[in-house]
This record gives sequence, C-alpha cells and structure tokens, in this order.
Amino acid sequence: MTEKENLDIEQLAEKHKKGELKASDRYKIPPQEMPAQDGVKRRSNVSEVATGYTETQARLEAMRCLQCKNAPCVEGCPVRIKIKEFTAAIAQGDYKQALAIIKENSLLPAVCGRVCPQEVQCQEKCTVGLKFKDVDKAVSIGRLERFAADLSGGNDSVPAVAAQTGMKVAIIGSGPGGIVAAADARRAGHDVTIFEAFHKPGGVMVYGIPEFRLPKTIVQKEIDVLTKMGVKIVCNFIVGRTMTIEQLMKEDGFDAVYIGVGAGLPSFMGIEGESLVGVYSANEYLTRANLMKAYKFGKGADTPIAVSKKVAVVGGGNVAMDSARMAVRLGAEKVYLIYRRSENEMPARIEEVHHAKEEGIEFHTLQNPKLIIGDENGKVVAVECLKYELGEPDDSGRRRPIAIEGSEFQIPVDTVIIAIGNAANPLIRQTTAGLEFNKWGNIVVDERCKTSLEGVYAGGDIVLGAATVILAMGQGRIAAAAINEYLSNKKKLNSGRMSKEF
Amino acid sequence: MSHKIVSSRQLSENVFTAEVEAPLIAAARKPGQFVIISINNEYGERIPLTIADADPARGTIRLIWQRVGKTTSELSALKTGDTIASVAGPLGCPTHIEKFGTVICIGGGIGNAPLLPIAKALKQAGNKVISILGARNKELLILEDEFAKISDELIVTTDDGSYGRKALVTEPLKEVCQRNPRPDQAFVIGPAIMMKFCCEVTKQFNVPTQVSLNTIMVDGTGMCGGCRVEIDGKPKFVCVDGPEFDGHKVNFDLMMKRLNAYKDLEKRAHEQYLHNCKIGLDK
Repeated sequence: MTEKENLDIEQLAEKHKKGELKASDRYKIPPQEMPAQDGVKRRSNVSEVATGYTETQARLEAMRCLQCKNAPCVEGCPVRIKIKEFTAAIAQGDYKQALAIIKENSLLPAVCGRVCPQEVQCQEKCTVGLKFKDVDKAVSIGRLERFAADLSGGNDSVPAVAAQTGMKVAIIGSGPGGIVAAADARRAGHDVTIFEAFHKPGGVMVYGIPEFRLPKTIVQKEIDVLTKMGVKIVCNFIVGRTMTIEQLMKEDGFDAVYIGVGAGLPSFMGIEGESLVGVYSANEYLTRANLMKAYKFGKGADTPIAVSKKVAVVGGGNVAMDSARMAVRLGAEKVYLIYRRSENEMPARIEEVHHAKEEGIEFHTLQNPKLIIGDENGKVVAVECLKYELGEPDDSGRRRPIAIEGSEFQIPVDTVIIAIGNAANPLIRQTTAGLEFNKWGNIVVDERCKTSLEGVYAGGDIVLGAATVILAMGQGRIAAAAINEYLSNKKKLNSGRMSKEF
Repeated sequence: MSHKIVSSRQLSENVFTAEVEAPLIAAARKPGQFVIISINNEYGERIPLTIADADPARGTIRLIWQRVGKTTSELSALKTGDTIASVAGPLGCPTHIEKFGTVICIGGGIGNAPLLPIAKALKQAGNKVISILGARNKELLILEDEFAKISDELIVTTDDGSYGRKALVTEPLKEVCQRNPRPDQAFVIGPAIMMKFCCEVTKQFNVPTQVSLNTIMVDGTGMCGGCRVEIDGKPKFVCVDGPEFDGHKVNFDLMMKRLNAYKDLEKRAHEQYLHNCKIGLDK
C-alpha cells in the first residue's frame, strides 16, 4: 500500500464519517481484488486459496457500498443480513459492530463469507454492479462478511441461552442447517442433541467442501460454540438405523425433531463403465480426501485414494470444481473438467471457476461422456465423449444441450469423478412410517418446514433437492422458529393439563 | 463415545473375535446387518465389519474379522479393556427371514460369521437348515460348533482335506441341490469367488439364492457410492440397497475388480505398519 493510497483512505473515511461521501466518490474506488495464494504454489498444498482482505482493502471495499435506501442486496440474501449496516460499520473501522450486525441473522459468517454464491444472491442485486453492468464489480459483500468474521479471531461470544424449558429437541445431521436449527432451539432454552452419522460433526462442510476453500478449523470453531451453549453432539449415530425417529420421540422423550440429513445419494449418469475401478462419485472422492485426509495416505492417514495422472471430472457445479482442484492437489498431471453446456450455464461460483482455471484445469465444455472404457483389470483407461450444442432453453431457463451425432472422441484418463448432483437418501424414508415424501424421495414440508408427522420438521437438501449452505441455514432457522413455537404451545397445553389433574 | 472391548480372542491364524460395548447397536441390530468401525477418528480408515452376534442385555455386539491389512492388524492387536474409537450401525437392510422350508446356508472362511445369525434366525422361523461350511484348512475353520447347534445337517469341507470332506463347498452344494425335493432357498456368504461359483450351481437347479456382499465402503449410509455393485446390469449400493442381493443377478467379476481397487496402496500401508511394529515405532 503506497502512502498516497493511505492518505486516500483516511480522507475517504473522514468523508464517510461525516456522511459526505457521495455516490460519485464511491464509484471511483476500484473493486478490491481478493488476495490469493500463487496459482502454481497452491497446486501442491491444501491451504486456503483466498487469503482474505487486508484492513485497508476491506474499508475501501465497504466504502464502495452506496448505502441504498431500499437495499436491494438484502432481498438476494436467504437469511436477510443487514448488509448496508454492516458494510458501513466496516467502512468506519468498527469491525466488532459489523460482526454483531451480521450475527443477528447469520450464525456462520466465516463459512458463508467463503462459500455462498454471492454473485447470484446479494451481489447480483447490488446497485453498484448494476451501474457498471458487471456483477464482478458489485460490492464484494461476501468478502466483507468473511473479513468481519475472521477478524474476531476466535473470540466469538457464546449466544445467551434462555432458562431450561424441559423440552427435548433432536437435530438429525450436523451440517449447516442442523447447526443453525440446534443453536436457535437451544437459545430458546430447549435441551438439544445433534445426531451425526459420521465420526465428526460438520456435514458437507467437513466431508465435502475442501480445506483449501473452507478451513476445517473454522467449522470446528462453530461446532465449539454449539457445545459451549450446551448442545449435545452424538456422532456415529445413524437415525433410522441406530434408532428410528419414532424411537427417539417415544422411548427417548424427544418432543421435536429436525431432519437435516442432506441429499446424500450420489447420482451417476447411467452410462456403460461407471462401476469401473477409478470411477468415483464426487462425494466419495471428496470424503476420502477431506474428512478421511487421504492426501496424507502413507504419512499417517489410513484411507487410500486413487493415485491419478489424468483425471476427468464430469459436471459444472461447485462440487465439480472442488473435485478437480482436489485432484490437482493430489498430484494429477492433467485434470479435465467436462461439462455438457457452455461456461455461461455453469452453476459453479465465478470465483471457483476462475481459481480452477488458474490451477491449470482444462475446461471441456459442450462435451459429455457417452461411456467409460476400462482395461482387462477393470481399470479406467479412457472416457468417450460426445460433443454438444445448445438448443432452446429448458425448464431451468438454460439452453438445452443437444448431442451432435457421430461426434464421439476419446480422452485417455485413469480416473473419472462424477459430480452431477445427488438424489434423496432413502434411509429416513425406509425407516419412518407416516412421513410424506414426494416422487423424488424428498420430504414434503409446509412453508414453516413442518412435515406430515407431528413435531417433526425438515430442511436443506433432503427437502429442496440440491441447495446451498446458506439455503440450508435459512431453512434451519425457519424450522427452529416453528419448533420453538410448537414446543411453547405444547408446554402451555401440558401445564394446562397438569393443573386440571391436580 | 468410544467402545470398550469386553473380551477378545484369536479364532485362527488370521481370524479374531471381540465382544464390544455398543448398547444401542446391540438392541437394534438384526441378522444380516453390519457396522463400520474406525480405530482412530483423526486419521483412521472406516471399514465395514459384520455383526456375528449381539447381547442386548449386556449391551455388546460380537465382531469377527480377518487380519488382512493395516486397520485389521491394528484391531487384532487391541486387548480386552482397549477401546475402538468409532462403531457406527447397525447398517444395511436386515435379512428377509421367513419359513421357506428347506434352506441351505453356505459359509466360506470368514463368511461364517455373518452367516451364523442368519442361519439361527432361519432355524427359529421353522426352516430345516442344512449348513455347508468351507475353509482352506482345519485351522481356518470357524464357528463349527455354533453351526452344529442350529443345523439339521452340517457338512464341513476343507480345500486340503485336513478336516471334514476334501472338497470345495460347491461339491456338496450340488449334491444337496440334486436331492428330491430340492432346497427352497440358499444363503451364501464368503469370498466373492466362492459366492460366484455357488451361485452358478444354485442357478442350474433354480434354487433362489441370497448372497451378502462385503465391498469397500466409506460412510455406509449411501452418501459415497463407493460400495456400488452391478445387479442385473444396474448399479446398486451395498450399504443401503444391500448388503444382501439375489446372487443370480450379481456381477461378481466386476465386484472382485473393485475389491482390488486399492490393493497396492493397502499392501504398502500394511508393510509399512509391520515394519514400524518390528522396529517399535508403533507402540
């Protein structure tokens, strides 16, 4: 940072403080780039790629916010964070206040600041971005959120908990939705237990999203806050198998249940060769690499993962980017990302696409595998693809990919990772009588996340199909509010009954 | 919550058993189900193990495993009073038990362990149970006495003739299938290759056959799909769709290839473990 720029920020801050910072001044501040680890260096480590704004950068970026009266950005946020209030606090250098404002609506700012698809949420609606006709030039709300959260440096206050109500709430799944639901139910004074199927809590944030995008210490900090609030966490407990929902309610006395188990059943393409050795679902590849730490295989960790030279990743979402970038870090020489539409239609965050390209991942758009070819040992040797072109828009509003007949060609690979989404996991369905599901196996809920069973609520991927961390959190919050209301009514009813009996 | 080993014992050169504290699993488990265990929650590997028996009153389950790689070697080295970091389950769909009539239960090697509770349940359901147990040699044969107790007829074979009849299990299986009336149902659990050949025999005689598959798994709840097998040409997940399938529809060749996916890496890890044990790095 040069002296001149330093001067600038002081002047700007002074003006900002006096309320004299005009829109034209704000437009003149250049969008602040996110500092990142060098593209080559990071290919061989799992440390976080985006290293976070400096204080100066954060304040400059925050001053780009126009403080619009109608705050259109808030409409784009699934949990309605008071965005202009917290950016104003950052501009003023009051970071504590900024974080407090964010925390009124979001429990996991350090996570959301990193993994939310802001360019299709808050930042898509940002007036600054609209003015420049470029969403990349919108105020970087996510980066500012992350800045405020990271600066707290672990001195997170533990939310206050109301007096014990004597009511028990079971939260199934410790992903983002479960964490939020648990915190909100606990705040209301209920006795809350989270049941997690894996040996570690955090759900998709620990098994799915890689360390280089979301450091696990950040997730652990959020889990620690829950524990400090008095939430109990039971791992290695598979609801439906270890105990059913009915047993939890009837035998263990849980008064309400929140189901936030995620989608959890990887989809495959249904093409020949998908069960060959070297074909992974993204879930498996990432779980081995992240949760099971396969990147340390032979150096302490016991879970193996393919030693790959050439990897094809199929899909265009964040999970596809994560898988491709993980394959690079595990030593692959070539990683191809195969996606049947064009880059414009890719659902992945722009930042992830950008990082993936920087790391040398080769994009094969408008292509899709037709079959996977193996050798006599059943090991993958190539993927045969078809070329595609875009036709009329489909139900998703994106242009439909159409295969070009006779365009087959092969790419030699030893590993294929399928990242085309998840279907609904059947475990709860198989073991919960009376719970209503739709034809895709997703749980049917009302607008308050209530299911067909009394006292049972659900949210996140198992309801929405494929959602994001922030959408799951939003549902966790809605469900917890409904649970808290349900339990307070139940308590009133119970005490009414008690007084009649005595 | 970790799980204490209440008692442990070596059954044969490479086969071990332990009674492990897991009260919820002991209460919930049914024949055909399994658990996933991990010795170390930070760096350990998750491996599926069958539940051979359970005592809900004592709150324990009985595990039987074969020492083949690093994790099973470490597990075998644990003693009474030691703990296992993670035991998750019971997983998989329970065996469908009904009164079929005459049932043949064919166990190979370590497969006798998961087969035992199924055979027991079949007997309790009023079936005539014919058990065929095979092992490479006498030393490797396990649970013979337990099977003797619940079987109407028990045939034991060893590959080398060191005990029982010198034959592969497919030989007596064929003979039993030729009887009149022929058996109504078969259950086969053992090494993939043995299940494959048993299924070829029962198919000839149109004896419906259930097999229980033990593939590589990570989570065991359907989330990763690493355990997938081809059933009737379609992918199925052993952990949530199985572990039992119609043996006549299983693509065993592909399954065997998938079981070998990490063979070299596993071998390396095991050799490293044995080396560390020898020079005393590990304890």
